Amino acid sequence: MSKTPNIPSDPVEFDDMQGLIRFGHGALVEAEFILCTVKDPVAAGDWLRAAPVTSAKTLDSPPDTALQVAFTAAGLSVFGLSDNATSGFAQPFLSGMAGEDSRSRRLGDTGQNAPENWLWDGAKAHLLVMLYARKGGLADWKQEVLNSDFTAAFTQAHSFPTRPNEGVEPFGFRDGISEPKVDWKNTHPPSKHGREDYSNLISPGEVILGHRNEYNARSGSPLLDASVPGRDALAQAPGVPELRDLGRNGSYLVFRQLAQDVPGFWRYMDAASEGDPTRRDALAAKMVGRERDGTPLISGRRDIEGSPRSNDFTYEDDVNGVSCPLGAHIRRANPRTGDHPHQLEGRIGWLLSTLGFRRRRDKLPGRHDLVASTRFHRLVRRGRVYGPKLTPEDSVKNDAKTEERGLLFICLCADLVRQFEFVQNAWIASPKFNGLTGEADPLLGGRTPVSGVASDGFSIQKADGIEERHTPLPQFVTLKGGGYFFLPGLRALQFIARHGR
Amino acid sequence: MTQQDTFFILAPVAEGRAEELESLLHSMTLKPGLADPENALVPFGRFDQLHVARFFLVEANTWRDIEAYGQEPQPYPMQLAFLGDVDGDRQTFLKELMVHCADGLMEVFSHCEGVDQGTDLLRWMEDHNVRESANYINTRGRTVRQVHEEAALAAALHDELANVVNARGSADPFEIHKRLVDYVRRERASGVLHLTPPARTTLRERLANWIDLISLPLILLMISPLLLLALPFFVIRLRMHERSDPEILPRPADARIADLGRYEDHDVTNPFSAFGDVKPGPFRRMIATAALYLVNYSARHIFGRGYLTRVQTIHFARWVFLDGKRRVMFCSNYDGAVESYMDDFVNKVAWGLNLVFSNGVGYPSTRFLIKGGAEQEDKFKRYLRNRQLPTQVWYKAYPGLTARDMARNSEIRKGLEKRPNGAKALRNWLSKI
Repeated sequence: MSKTPNIPSDPVEFDDMQGLIRFGHGALVEAEFILCTVKDPVAAGDWLRAAPVTSAKTLDSPPDTALQVAFTAAGLSVFGLSDNATSGFAQPFLSGMAGEDSRSRRLGDTGQNAPENWLWDGAKAHLLVMLYARKGGLADWKQEVLNSDFTAAFTQAHSFPTRPNEGVEPFGFRDGISEPKVDWKNTHPPSKHGREDYSNLISPGEVILGHRNEYNARSGSPLLDASVPGRDALAQAPGVPELRDLGRNGSYLVFRQLAQDVPGFWRYMDAASEGDPTRRDALAAKMVGRERDGTPLISGRRDIEGSPRSNDFTYEDDVNGVSCPLGAHIRRANPRTGDHPHQLEGRIGWLLSTLGFRRRRDKLPGRHDLVASTRFHRLVRRGRVYGPKLTPEDSVKNDAKTEERGLLFICLCADLVRQFEFVQNAWIASPKFNGLTGEADPLLGGRTPVSGVASDGFSIQKADGIEERHTPLPQFVTLKGGGYFFLPGLRALQFIARHGR
Repeated sequence: MTQQDTFFILAPVAEGRAEELESLLHSMTLKPGLADPENALVPFGRFDQLHVARFFLVEANTWRDIEAYGQEPQPYPMQLAFLGDVDGDRQTFLKELMVHCADGLMEVFSHCEGVDQGTDLLRWMEDHNVRESANYINTRGRTVRQVHEEAALAAALHDELANVVNARGSADPFEIHKRLVDYVRRERASGVLHLTPPARTTLRERLANWIDLISLPLILLMISPLLLLALPFFVIRLRMHERSDPEILPRPADARIADLGRYEDHDVTNPFSAFGDVKPGPFRRMIATAALYLVNYSARHIFGRGYLTRVQTIHFARWVFLDGKRRVMFCSNYDGAVESYMDDFVNKVAWGLNLVFSNGVGYPSTRFLIKGGAEQEDKFKRYLRNRQLPTQVWYKAYPGLTARDMARNSEIRKGLEKRPNGAKALRNWLSKI
């Protein structure tokens, strides 16, 4: 048959994987992230080698602290990795989140969100140190990890303290509800994940490099030939014994600091609903797609593979957006579509659908098959919030202070372009998402025209066919900085640490 | 239905003039690749029958790949391509082009071999025009004028609907419809809105279309016994090829991807331009010819009302054989970023891509012509990106409009001219405004 080998379902090595990939460290409510540059590569290597980096192994009891480290492309070269070692990394990682104007354009990082307005640019730093601890434990853990060896080796370029948030993001909505479930056992090929309908299961190769992904292929990973010294510390590349796999069990980490104007957000809702608190909450819920407590605006439940009961819904029952607006945040961030747009009836139905002959059904706005195959565009989110808490009720008061607060958005994926950049470009920032026009994500949108088209509107579909339109929306979220990082496997981490010598 | 036509003028660039030509092309743009509709050389915006057009330099990047198939690689000269899609016929458009911008065209084409001040440019363009093997039009017969008129109608109705609802509420959709119809009648009478009725299809056109429609099934039916006999041999031969054809899929250079990116996403629609070699030998050439014939036939008779199978984001697409079927050009105009475009294709019509593109040198290996291939997302993207060329000048007559927008605007007009049946359908129609 074809020359594409069937990807064996090799077991996932949790002991070679950083813990963050498998766990959100939810019990470790305190966290701080530190962006560093390397002063002394040799000392930095020594510190890294001894650093108590947390693995994804299951322990008898959950740990009290955790440490994860991730590198920028510049960081890898500071540790002495030459181009022939790093050229296998993804182009966006090598070039950086702000590396090209075209990338900024695609991500909607224009206007206020443009890199020239950022407080920090990940690509200019080398290492991201992520510290997690239980309540009250962070100060000690910081002292232990950021010891004198660390100080001798690194300069702190930027530090990101966080706030324990009990799962609620700064606008006051329950967050982190929709997470894809990684099929870690990897015993089923992706086709068994129920691909025709929406499924919440994704293959390990969507998160970690060198494993089977949703296309039943191995996710792209930098492979090293014999010219790279010290490479024997790495795992053999599967199927190519003469190469070593630098990316194996590692992941790409996307980090964006999203400043949230909480008073601005609630004051807009308040003004738009003439000060009526119930309508204010309802309008905000329409923008998010959920009530503040996380209840989705879609009430019908469906059986979804790999999804908790409370999150078991698709938009199939709300094709015209009357319950949950077509452009609501959760509908953009995860459209919950399967590979085929319609409920399929047998092989003939499948064939007709594949040939595009079932468009009579597409007359309803939400059903024209513009957004399909969500499973290729999932992200594992690991964000934390920062800045003082402000409730919606306090936000609308006149003395509410505009302070620095927001979300440290962090997500993990194996393909930056197909996953993070696609979601950000085609779903979040696009003014043409799902057949809409003139609006981007109501929460995250930068409000500047995208590809020459206005993006500052928001429309709420109504049962009577008359849209309720909110234009122009002010900007609620501003990007303050960002970067692409590589979160290596633990063997790879040791390899990088030793490489400088 | 208004007949539509294409043009594609391809000529070798004169020795040593490529750089100069590139900066000349650059002078026609507002942003990298995005044409200034009023540029001094070819003011595209003045031609109200022109949908899309582009100039690009054809650099053969992958010409050496054929070596892996045991063939002596031959370099191709650098060429300049000028192509577009028009309402009406090509000859009329080219003539009009000559009337309005003969000097500008001469300035551009004087960088090509064999063109000097004495050249009869119209004749030269006709001589260098290459007919397509397959052509896809999102919505056949929809004219540039119609697109603009319907966009203006939709925008006006959008505002008027708000007025009507403010004044009378939204309880009675029939009343709203009636008021909107009245409004449009007034606006048309005062010359603010125009809704040109679609051109009638003549009996001759209808007949020609009908003959064209049944000819293929008829011929297939007639030769089906032969086809059936040949099938086993065809399949065996095909599988032999598929097993032995080498894949040539290096990762495209990062700098090239970054350079292509400079030209992308200045409008909601992007151009895609690519050249690739056909696998050597008559067998693959035959499949490619048949596949493109099939694409062309289905684009004429089946798809052409907004969908190319499940894909709805393509405005125009074209496949052209060149150099005695040694090469194929593929050009399209699609909505969204190039990654979304490729994903859309891989996820929805990998089989269709395989049917056509698997006859290209280096393509990811297929099984039975439709399986495998583009289903291998990463490999397919490499194949495509390695063959993609920057489009130095690209023009679209209706910036900011996606294919979906235009379809919606047409649906709005249709519902205005013929009231949707029943309250529910009427509400659905209102929701589009």
